[in-house]
Amino acid sequence: MVRYNLIQIPVLRTLLTNRWPQLIIRALALAGFLLAILAGFVGTPVGNRNFAIIMVWIAWWALLIMVAVPLFGRGWCSICPIPIPGEWLQNGTILGPLKKKSGFGLKMRWPNKFRNIWLQNVAFTVLALFSIVILTQPRITGIVLLALILIAVGTSFIFERRTFCRYLCPVGGFIGLYSQVSPIEVRVRDTSVCAGHKVKTCYTGNEDGYGCPWGIFPGGMVKNTNCGTCMECLRTCPYDNIAVNLRPPGTDLLQLRGRKLDEAFKAFIMLGSAVVYSVVLIGPWGALKTAAFAVGSFAWWGYALSFLAFVYLLLPGIFYLAVRFISQNVPGKRKPLRMFTEYAYALVPLGLAAWIAFSLSFIFTNVSYLWSVLSDPFSWGWNLFGAANSSWTPYFSKYVPAVQVLVLIVGLFWSITVIQRISGERTLSEYKPWRTWPVVAYSAFVTVGLLWLLVG
Amino acid sequence: MRHKQTRKQIIEIFPRQSWFWSLIGVVSLGIVFVPIPSTFSQPVEKTLRVEASTFEFTPAVLSVNPGDLVTIELNSTDVVHGLYLDGYDIQITAQPGQTAYLKFVADARGTFRFRCSVSCGALHPFMIGKLKVGPDLLLWRGVGMAVLAALAAVWSFHSWSAIT
Ligand code: SF4
Ligand SMILES: [Cu+2]
Repeated sequence: MVRYNLIQIPVLRTLLTNRWPQLIIRALALAGFLLAILAGFVGTPVGNRNFAIIMVWIAWWALLIMVAVPLFGRGWCSICPIPIPGEWLQNGTILGPLKKKSGFGLKMRWPNKFRNIWLQNVAFTVLALFSIVILTQPRITGIVLLALILIAVGTSFIFERRTFCRYLCPVGGFIGLYSQVSPIEVRVRDTSVCAGHKVKTCYTGNEDGYGCPWGIFPGGMVKNTNCGTCMECLRTCPYDNIAVNLRPPGTDLLQLRGRKLDEAFKAFIMLGSAVVYSVVLIGPWGALKTAAFAVGSFAWWGYALSFLAFVYLLLPGIFYLAVRFISQNVPGKRKPLRMFTEYAYALVPLGLAAWIAFSLSFIFTNVSYLWSVLSDPFSWGWNLFGAANSSWTPYFSKYVPAVQVLVLIVGLFWSITVIQRISGERTLSEYKPWRTWPVVAYSAFVTVGLLWLLVG
Repeated sequence: MRHKQTRKQIIEIFPRQSWFWSLIGVVSLGIVFVPIPSTFSQPVEKTLRVEASTFEFTPAVLSVNPGDLVTIELNSTDVVHGLYLDGYDIQITAQPGQTAYLKFVADARGTFRFRCSVSCGALHPFMIGKLKVGPDLLLWRGVGMAVLAALAAVWSFHSWSAIT
């Protein structure tokens, strides 16, 4: 398959191998993160005028879901401030590895039972159930951000490497899932070189860099899912065997190895919550919004239970039936649950498209708040950029719906081509495109529903 | 090159020829651009009364015909609310108890969201309604494209070979 190693470009090699560019971006991101926490606590309680809300849920979210994830996979993870203080403590330094191993922490191994993303699925779901409050109340956003960084520090004190990122971070789970579509990958160039390399410095670390913080052996890596694109292996590999490739987008979705039920469920959690948010936040039904906001009330419980039922039962349940229908009609019967897991990976492009389309509904409408909160981040009457009193103006309101339609159609088309390939993997010479119709219809139906919710 | 995992198959599926993609291209251009004349209706003057309260508009879905001279009477029942109409990019603000009027000719067809334009509380950014001007062409074209995309994606795979 076609690959172009970006590390051949000298500027990129320097920028990615040198520790300074990354450290500077991380430090800036950490500063922004701490400012957001502060603004969440001391700034105005009016959500759309608060730096924390606008920076996190408009600016950061827009960049993450529309740029970082689709183009760079886990690129965000390589500059994410949340694990950084903990990682500095673990390393005992903030830049290069020290000669003598120092640093704090118990470096315990994460229990095998939890070496999957179920906890991340739960963490995301919990945040999702409260998201209408988190999204609109600066204090709550502040508390959530503070809790994330404290839990990350605590985790890196007790456990080794980036345990928090891999198994706990509520955002990390879906970034990993969707990073499979990215046109960028970190891979070894030649696995036989790795096989001959006794020490595996990319895993153990050396004086040039740390052992893979994500606990992966790059030589065995076939998917982007758990690669934090931190570039440590690029620094530690003595044979220059690590490549940062430009590749056909979505390659990982066709990878037979490493398809797991926890990730399959993540696909439904993400697709389902994009649908629910489109109903609640973008829809014209005021009662639903109030219910989702009134945490603890009777109406909120109704909302929360419907959310869970839709995301964990209805959406995967119908998909399961569709897959079972296919399994009965193909030769060489396979366990429907296994097929469920395999086919669920086909929903990745559609799910990402659903999130982008949903996000387009509020990002361009509200991004103009950014100018005022940047000028007066703590609501102390500052006017740093002279835009403190700039008024709210939705941008591109004429064109956004057409773009949303386009994004969803591309996602649907892409998903169905993946369905065909996944179906081809197993049915081999018996492959008949039309047999996949139940899953194709499922995807088309979800797309039409989203179209109606977002632009209808 | 042979890997250890012998069960791994690389599926090579041959996409159809260019005539196939040209056909899909032509049909999709049709779906996107074919002019659909709206059923002719004499433009009328239409007054719609909308009540704004935290955090909804009632009624939240309004329909008019293309060309109508529309007046939205916005009446706020609690705090100050506004109404910003996407696509038309016009807005008004209503003080509680005082009706504000938004007058415009509904010359753009389609479905347009309108939203509160004055911070009125926590859920203010999600206080949303829709105005339908004639049939919802974007939605129907979108549905047409979705169906076409689904058919094209299935249909584009007609043969394959497995390299073990
Ligand atoms: S060390 Fe290399 S393989 Fe491991 S997460 Fe970082 S970039 Fe990926
Ligand atoms: Cu309002």
